[in-house]
Amino acid sequence: MRLLALAILWCGSSLFAQDYFPENAGVKSKNNNYTAFTNAKIYVTPTTIIDNGILLIQNGKVAQVGASVNLPTNTVIIDAKGQTIYPSFIDVFSKFGVEQAKRPKGGGRASQYDAEREGFYWNDHIMPENTAISKFKYDDKKAKTLRDVGFGVVNSHIHDGIVRGSGVLVALNGSGNDANRILDDQSAQYLSFSKSVLKKQAYPTSLMGAMALLRQMYSDAKWYGAGNANTKDRSLEALNENRDLVQIFEAKDKGNALRADKIGDANGIQFVILGGGNEYERIAEIKGTNAKFILPLNFPDAYDVSDPIAADYVNLKNMRKWNQAPSNPKVLAENGIPFSFTLNDLKSPAKFKEKVLKAIQYGLPKTKALEALTTTPAAILGQSANIGSLQVGRQANFLIASGDIFDKSTTIYENWVQGQKNVINDKSQKDIRGNYDLSVAGITYNMTIRGEISKPKIEIKQDTNKLKSKISYANDWVSFSFADTEGKNYRMTSLVTKGSDNLKGKLILPNGNNTAFTALKTGAFTEDKKEDQSKTAVEVMPVTYPNLAYGTKSLPKAETILFKNATVWTSEEAGILTMTDVLVKNGKIAKIGTKLPEGNAKVIDALGKHLTAGVIDEHTHIAALSVNEAGHNSTAEVKMEDVVDNEDINIYRQLAGGVTTAQLLHGSANPIGGRSAILKLKWGETPENMIIDNSPKFIKFALGENVKQSNWQSFSRFPQTRMGVEQVFMNYFQRAKEYDTKKKSGVPFRYDEEMEVLAEIINGERFISCHSYVQSEINMMMKVADKFNFTVNTFTHILEGYKVADKMKEHGVGAGTFSDWWAYKYEVNDAIPYNAAIMQKVGVTVAINSDDQEMARRLNQEAAKTVKYGGMTELEAWKMVTINPAKLLHIDERVGSIKEGKDADLVLWNDHPMSIYAKAEKTLIEGVVYFDIEKDQQMREAIQKERSKLIDMMLQEKAGGGKTQGPKMSKKENMTCESL
Amino acid sequence: MKKIKHIFLALFLISATSNWAQQTPAGEQTEVITITGATAHIGDGTIIENCTIVFENGKITAIGTGETTQGTIIDASGKHVYPGFIAPVKELGLIEVNAVRASNDADEIGDIIPHVRSLIAYNSESKVVESMRPNGVLIGQVTPKGGRISGTSSIVQFDAWNWEDAAIKVDDGIHLHWPSSFRRGRWWMGEPRGLHPNKDYQKQVEEVTTFLQNAAAYGGGQAKELNPAFAAMQGTFDGRQKLYIYADGEKEIIDGITLAKNAGITQIVLVGGYSGYKVIDFLKENDIPVLVQFTHNVPSFEDDDYDLPYKLPKLLSDAGLLVAIQNGDASNFQTRNLPFYAGQVVGQGLEKEKAVQMLTGNTAKILGIDATHGTLKVGKSATLFISEGDALDMRTNILTHAFIDGRNISLETHQTELWKRYSEKYEGK
Repeated sequence: MRLLALAILWCGSSLFAQDYFPENAGVKSKNNNYTAFTNAKIYVTPTTIIDNGILLIQNGKVAQVGASVNLPTNTVIIDAKGQTIYPSFIDVFSKFGVEQAKRPKGGGRASQYDAEREGFYWNDHIMPENTAISKFKYDDKKAKTLRDVGFGVVNSHIHDGIVRGSGVLVALNGSGNDANRILDDQSAQYLSFSKSVLKKQAYPTSLMGAMALLRQMYSDAKWYGAGNANTKDRSLEALNENRDLVQIFEAKDKGNALRADKIGDANGIQFVILGGGNEYERIAEIKGTNAKFILPLNFPDAYDVSDPIAADYVNLKNMRKWNQAPSNPKVLAENGIPFSFTLNDLKSPAKFKEKVLKAIQYGLPKTKALEALTTTPAAILGQSANIGSLQVGRQANFLIASGDIFDKSTTIYENWVQGQKNVINDKSQKDIRGNYDLSVAGITYNMTIRGEISKPKIEIKQDTNKLKSKISYANDWVSFSFADTEGKNYRMTSLVTKGSDNLKGKLILPNGNNTAFTALKTGAFTEDKKEDQSKTAVEVMPVTYPNLAYGTKSLPKAETILFKNATVWTSEEAGILTMTDVLVKNGKIAKIGTKLPEGNAKVIDALGKHLTAGVIDEHTHIAALSVNEAGHNSTAEVKMEDVVDNEDINIYRQLAGGVTTAQLLHGSANPIGGRSAILKLKWGETPENMIIDNSPKFIKFALGENVKQSNWQSFSRFPQTRMGVEQVFMNYFQRAKEYDTKKKSGVPFRYDEEMEVLAEIINGERFISCHSYVQSEINMMMKVADKFNFTVNTFTHILEGYKVADKMKEHGVGAGTFSDWWAYKYEVNDAIPYNAAIMQKVGVTVAINSDDQEMARRLNQEAAKTVKYGGMTELEAWKMVTINPAKLLHIDERVGSIKEGKDADLVLWNDHPMSIYAKAEKTLIEGVVYFDIEKDQQMREAIQKERSKLIDMMLQEKAGGGKTQGPKMSKKENMTCESL
Repeated sequence: MKKIKHIFLALFLISATSNWAQQTPAGEQTEVITITGATAHIGDGTIIENCTIVFENGKITAIGTGETTQGTIIDASGKHVYPGFIAPVKELGLIEVNAVRASNDADEIGDIIPHVRSLIAYNSESKVVESMRPNGVLIGQVTPKGGRISGTSSIVQFDAWNWEDAAIKVDDGIHLHWPSSFRRGRWWMGEPRGLHPNKDYQKQVEEVTTFLQNAAAYGGGQAKELNPAFAAMQGTFDGRQKLYIYADGEKEIIDGITLAKNAGITQIVLVGGYSGYKVIDFLKENDIPVLVQFTHNVPSFEDDDYDLPYKLPKLLSDAGLLVAIQNGDASNFQTRNLPFYAGQVVGQGLEKEKAVQMLTGNTAKILGIDATHGTLKVGKSATLFISEGDALDMRTNILTHAFIDGRNISLETHQTELWKRYSEKYEGK
């Protein structure tokens, strides 16, 4: 408060009185004087540094800067000898001064499907019309916490909703008013994938829904902007108005950064992206976005692993994250990706310096750190001409520091904002750090003062005994106290004078008597070892693909492999071939035969072993970040391909069960679900590389209890009965047909992603995989398809398929079913394990699927159950997890059997592949060995080694006084059809 | 209107269920039966090739090579005979259809309710129970679920007119779900998903130990007013009943067993035991048998070996512990896969007969019914089945006969009937 008063006193009111405002508190007067800071080291920019220069400011701006500057006569000169001047820092992702949305308390979980607002976009989470300025109130108390750590300007916004509207650029100038400090009231537009906490509209419930919503929104804005709508939409109008602003996307994760960038690219927008701190894990693609990044500094604390039992709950992934995350800024810098830092998600601004220093300790060059706080954020906001440097004409926002700002012991003295001085630490305060002989009551103690000049720390020793001691130092007075070996307290205070380095003053003895003490300075301050530690390089564990247990340091490559003398299950007419060789070359099955020449192939002795095509799972939900978009009863616009999680450990586990390909299906929350992703389980690869090339187009449909919402308390969404389910399909297909007709007629039409997808179905370009149970609904679905002249491709689950197998055959639909599931809900009362066998005998193409991460890794056994239930031959049974699902997925030309020319997706089993005793020893996809049982053993050992190394490092961190967090385990839920 | 509809649905279900009753229970064994030429898996780790098994009045009277044949002879040459497999800690007969609340009788209100008894709710006409039999699962421990102490179980055989006839051992044990030191994040309340330290763990442990101490004290005195919960625990102090402690973590296993022992409980069985392989010495010192979680599970931790659930029973058994397999966490219908859970361990290198033991002799020992069940021994109940081949493998687990107390039970089910009905429909075309 006193400082603030001082500042106001110094500048008077003139600078901030608007020229044309009447003055009633006195007479009008102006202060056009200059202020010069001389003899300082000046960082005009992070790379333009004047070692001994002058900074001249006037009216809140930089007037001149240089090694020598002619000072006008009306200049107040401040000698800054030995001090360093930096541009003040900028945070582009702040909440400062802007009232934030708070989640309302209470309220049920009943879903609300429609928008609340009128005259805005159809989805309440799209709020481009919001402005931070309308919720802005300057808060100098908060501003001070930011100025104290070096910030001068922040861009603040409402952190709520998918489109959040525009931000406000504020100088943290406590002396002025909003007329001065608001630099821009339409500064950047903010977006995210997260819904508003204030709005209850259900859609979107998923990440893929949010993505689809954004795509549709951009398309609608274009259409609206061209004057095609006959109603008013204030959201779309605002979105179009904000189009020229900088667009900042809150991704908070490497994968989401890529997702946002893709949406931006499709709409001619280059987002600036708020990162998640894990960008280093996929740095090449992050670089490929060409985006500027805003990086968080909230590096995780070490886990407290001192309890070895609890330590088991921390997985290698999270341990590594603690170890690797502080190197994220360094990795981005190395890759030439521009980034700024933000205080967002940091517990307190007071942590800021510690975290930046940590990034530097992990290899971030100081110049890059300074850029991340000054020129880059200014450039992100398009404000380089105004802030972020100390070039002439820029705002006079700068820091005066005791030295290198990225040195632990450096003190920020002052943070000037818009030419207004804010004292952080009194720079006239004398440096009293050093070693002293302290004489108290006839005894001499060893006293060391260290730490920061303004916040010194004290250590008092009697011989080698460390005594409990305290120090405080402010306004030229230093007070300290200690307890002697008997616990008796001695208290002292002394005025610090310029004249002498010694301290002397009043001493109060334990008995209350007043006397005097002296402390004779014996040595200058030197940084202690502990502080030096922060400068030593740290061991950072190598990133693996993916970056968790069982990831590999480099991606495996396709090999030329010759399997010798195997029992080969072809899944073709050829059946089972004994003592047969299979040559794998260039990712394909090059040759099948006997006594094939070895050439340069790696030879694998497969005598007594069984070689099969890779298992194909028609129905999975592993490797997905979301499964259902449950916000609408039709969500054809969403894509599982948008949310592939290539870091799911289940991918590896399923490779260990011989699975090579799987259809990642949308869930069964709605009659019309989302589009599928057909994946090859290429562990370590990016989601894009896992999606099968030239993927056939699929979509999930669903029938029955799940879409009727029968098994939970939900009574508001249509349909609630199987009768209603038919009506949903009839209505949507009719509309899609009309949409397609209109589109093809050349008449202007509103692009509707959902209708586009449904039209693809009618036009035979996209296949339906339909979740189904009872015969009535199965029959109904086929009849709906007949009406619109298309064929249902697959019924998945299809547990009563055996009751209508003849009709299914006639329609031409295939079946992907469970081997033996039933009794878990009412509609599976008549589910029987003989289902697959009956349908197969009638002539339906049948696959056994999983819908379950556990069952998926034993699909070979699930196929074997059809031998028990219904007496299938082993050959036919094996086809149910290889060539049959390949046929259902329209990829049987490429995979599903062992045939020359097909993809080398192969499994080597140690036993009959359908034996309960069989283990997969090697699993290949396109000639690349993605699972090898011997390598798996080596990885187990490596994981244990790395874990114990990281645990040691964390124990050391704790012992060194580092902050820790309790052990915990991030765990994925078992995803099934019903997962939200 | 909606509500009424749901009531109708429930009523419909109840009537529907009773309309499709189970196969009629077989009558008492009236004549001697002899099985010849079989490979007999005794259930104690041994095997008798070309074995003759004779049983009369529900009991095995002779078993071995070259025993004299009597009565009806079943030629089982090339086939395999096993003791009926036993399914511990299941809600079989308590839940018919998981999602239909009206058909669920497994979880009573209340946290500590040892006095709640499963037997009287056991539906001996359950279609799900009936579907166990064609896979060789003939006995089950019907067990209440939920809460801290969920109630008292009973052991039944799967071919009976009513629960009274079904009972093999009434009120055999009490089921205590030990608190977890880590708990799942309630993501729907804004907590992150995954596991977090359970801050209430110590408090929850206190509640259990206080209850056990009070139950013990109650037994020692002459209480004037009956306390049903305390009274229900008395069998666990005098050894009449077993205490089944469900725990998976290292800490939980050690805490649970130590504190229960300290409270004076004598017969303790560990259920679950995911981390049991890390505390083998402790389990051995305390002589604790383990009803280990079934093998068809994914590992609980990302860093775990992919095959840890597959080999867990072997790890415990190799160390010399008494181990049987249970699938308490799975849906009822899955229990027919019990033989395959055991087969999976064989793939990890366990001897086949040891795997069979984990469904038969060991289980009977752990459940305390080994005097009458679990192995093919003279004097024991003729509860056994004949399979065309290896019963632990899906392809060859094909039953030709099953006997419960010597009664030749039906291997038909609701499912086989539908199979036949629809097969005939298509064949008729």
